[in-house]
Amino acid sequence: MATVFLPYALRKYANGAERVDVPAKNLRELIDNIEAAHPGTKSHLVEDDKLKPGLAAIVGHVATRRGLLQKLEPDTEVHFITAISGGLL
Amino acid sequence: MVATFEPKTNYKVVGTRPIRHDGYDKVTGRAIYGGDMKLPGLIWGVCVRSPHAHANIKSIDTSAAEAMEGVFAVITGADMPKAESKLVDLGEGNINFKWASNKLMADTKVLYKGHPVAAIAAVDRYTAEEAARLVVVEYDVLPSVTNVVDALKDDAPILLDDLVGDDLGEDVHNTNMAAHVRHEFGDVEDAMSSAAHTIEREYNMQMVHQGYIEPHNATATWDEEDRIKVWTSTQGAFPARTQIAGILQVNVSQVKVTPLEIGGGFGGKIPVYFEPLAALLSKKSGRPVKMVMERTAIFETTGPTPGARMIIKLGADADGKLTAATADIWFEAGANPGAFIGPAAMCVYAPYEIANTRIDGWDVLVNKPKVAPYRAPGSPQVAFAMESAIDELCEKAGWDSMKFRVDNASKEGTRRGDGVLFSKIGMEEVLEAAQQSAHWTSPIGDAPEGKKRGRGIANGYWFNIGLKSSANLSVNADGTVQLTEGSTDIGGSRVAMAMHVAEVLGLTAHDVRPTVGDTESVGYTDVTGGSRTTYATGYACWIAANNLVEVLKDRVAVLWDINKDDVDFNDGVFSSKAEAEKTIGFKELAGKLDDLGGPANSTGSVDLESAGDGFGMHIADIEIDIETGKTDVIRYTAIQDVGTAIHPSYVEGQLQGGSVQGIGWALNEEYFMTDTGTMANSSFLDYRMPTSLDLPLIETVLVEVPNPLHPYGVRGVGETPICPPIPAIANAIQDALGKRLYNTPMNAGSILEALK
Repeated sequence: MATVFLPYALRKYANGAERVDVPAKNLRELIDNIEAAHPGTKSHLVEDDKLKPGLAAIVGHVATRRGLLQKLEPDTEVHFITAISGGLL
Repeated sequence: MVATFEPKTNYKVVGTRPIRHDGYDKVTGRAIYGGDMKLPGLIWGVCVRSPHAHANIKSIDTSAAEAMEGVFAVITGADMPKAESKLVDLGEGNINFKWASNKLMADTKVLYKGHPVAAIAAVDRYTAEEAARLVVVEYDVLPSVTNVVDALKDDAPILLDDLVGDDLGEDVHNTNMAAHVRHEFGDVEDAMSSAAHTIEREYNMQMVHQGYIEPHNATATWDEEDRIKVWTSTQGAFPARTQIAGILQVNVSQVKVTPLEIGGGFGGKIPVYFEPLAALLSKKSGRPVKMVMERTAIFETTGPTPGARMIIKLGADADGKLTAATADIWFEAGANPGAFIGPAAMCVYAPYEIANTRIDGWDVLVNKPKVAPYRAPGSPQVAFAMESAIDELCEKAGWDSMKFRVDNASKEGTRRGDGVLFSKIGMEEVLEAAQQSAHWTSPIGDAPEGKKRGRGIANGYWFNIGLKSSANLSVNADGTVQLTEGSTDIGGSRVAMAMHVAEVLGLTAHDVRPTVGDTESVGYTDVTGGSRTTYATGYACWIAANNLVEVLKDRVAVLWDINKDDVDFNDGVFSSKAEAEKTIGFKELAGKLDDLGGPANSTGSVDLESAGDGFGMHIADIEIDIETGKTDVIRYTAIQDVGTAIHPSYVEGQLQGGSVQGIGWALNEEYFMTDTGTMANSSFLDYRMPTSLDLPLIETVLVEVPNPLHPYGVRGVGETPICPPIPAIANAIQDALGKRLYNTPMNAGSILEALK
């Protein structure tokens, strides 16, 4: 079970919850399961079957470089934050 | 799964200080920079720039310029390929090619003073400049906005009609607000209301420039097969290639970028400016085109860092424990979206453990140049606000500010303001080293008559990044190794890369000959930025070196007619596991390779998640002339967790350089804007940066807490040191005068005003 820290803008889809527990083996499944439980979230996280540009997924302590293929260990924390530089060139 | 490494200490090359391979070329002038580029048939390009900060373009007449003798090509916004308005991931940052294109050449509207409206290529620079004066542009001048407060007013002039702002996930139209993000954890309201001590203050900062000495430049050819070659000063040949291809709407394989030596960048040479324009002028003229930017244009049109308005509120309990914090952060993006509010949110509370936090950040368009990364983009601004507020909270409550920082220091398991947990970090070790430093344990001394002295401290943080890097190795017959790596060398990284290889192979750093490759000679490598280069490209070099050992073990197995698994390698010597007396050194083996299978090569590549969080504390002693308001820094020390210092001289140089840039930002530097959006101080004469004559030796203390994510324990180091200087100086001014300044620059005029 992963603990997902919802971005503030997505908390409205989960009754204001700061974090939700979601069963998933990888990031793709995790996002699908969040969407199933809290409809409206996925379009903020995924575009063209990839993490949205400008968004980074933090799994544990580090920003994954595997995108939706990132495997999830049991009891992992997942955050979705502004990608790395957060800047537009 | 992320690989982790145990810390080591028995290095032979790592931690030494060999002379950099490019040193002699640099000091003798033999190194090739963009300004040195010459090609057969080369012509010069220049831009025609808007005199207005905000205006509709009614018409452009280039006919007189095109008719001028010696002019080969003229382009305007109409010649720019039309890119889709869509966000594309660029590794370190993102790009919207429509906006990126419009930044380089206005289409129907100019958005900042100096915005190019046309470009001309002619036989020489002077002919091109004369032709530029013949271009007639008719403008419909619009009111401009140059700060976030004015830009967000209901009746503010709107920069981009098609901008859709994102306000906490909701679309907003007819706005200059590109984005509003929030991070909130715990019960901030309850914690703040029950705090024994609180403080709330507003801080304002002007835009400042990276101040690199070498101008932006590009030389480009566009040939008959639609192959584009670009020679340029860039912080990343591959990201530059991606940008050029996207703006010109061609495939990346059509573009070859050769990075030349670089005379400073500090983030400002990650975006491209002249490269696509030179390519288009080459396409139109059929000749190679060279463009070199003049200093005024560098200030007016390229990469400053955001000006900012920030409100910080802190709450602490009676025992001196931080319990709550809020931060409202408005950053100037310039003329297109993309201020660094994300990194600002990551960094603002990072040195502290605070259970209840809220951060709101706004990315706001103004009629100024589009901001670019500048050394820890977003972090120095919030460090100024947060570290000033921390000191003032301590003053109010009567607490020792060093002890307060120690008692509230972040550690493994602390959450950053955006919620992310820290792994092994060195904040506590940095604070311990700071307290034991020669500077902290020495008195500041008495001020001469007419002057006052003060000491200030401040923390700083940058998260550091990993990303993609590549390296190639090949063994020469004389036993040296040729290294080709993809990171442009800004601060001595070539020698650090060579040292990674040398340590593995048992060679000296000078046995490894490093070269920075172009986009067709080495694998993809992300920018030299984000404090990633020594960490990530060094890691790739380490992998390549270990792969080379495996290649050479095969050759030794052939030489001795044994199984490869029976070959051992230690300290540059191959040996037989079965017969201990059977050995051959690396160099001797290199001379025998022709009979053992020929060339021995290897590659290494990485795509890394993190470079390990970087924390620092700075101590500043200043002396203020009460009559003139002039501030002199009389002693300065930077203390930082650097993981492992591969080449300590260049690590110290990063700490010193970052400190100096931060001191300049604190005391003097600013974009001084007129009401009509013109920068009034766009020269190095009027834009006051500190020189060696202004400053004492910057002392450094390297705290080495090895990063478990790197084989040698390297942490990113380049960006953290620009974060503490601004608040350290502000806190020192308060200590000297009993007056606190809330705006930068804290120049002589501001100090005299505060003393009234």
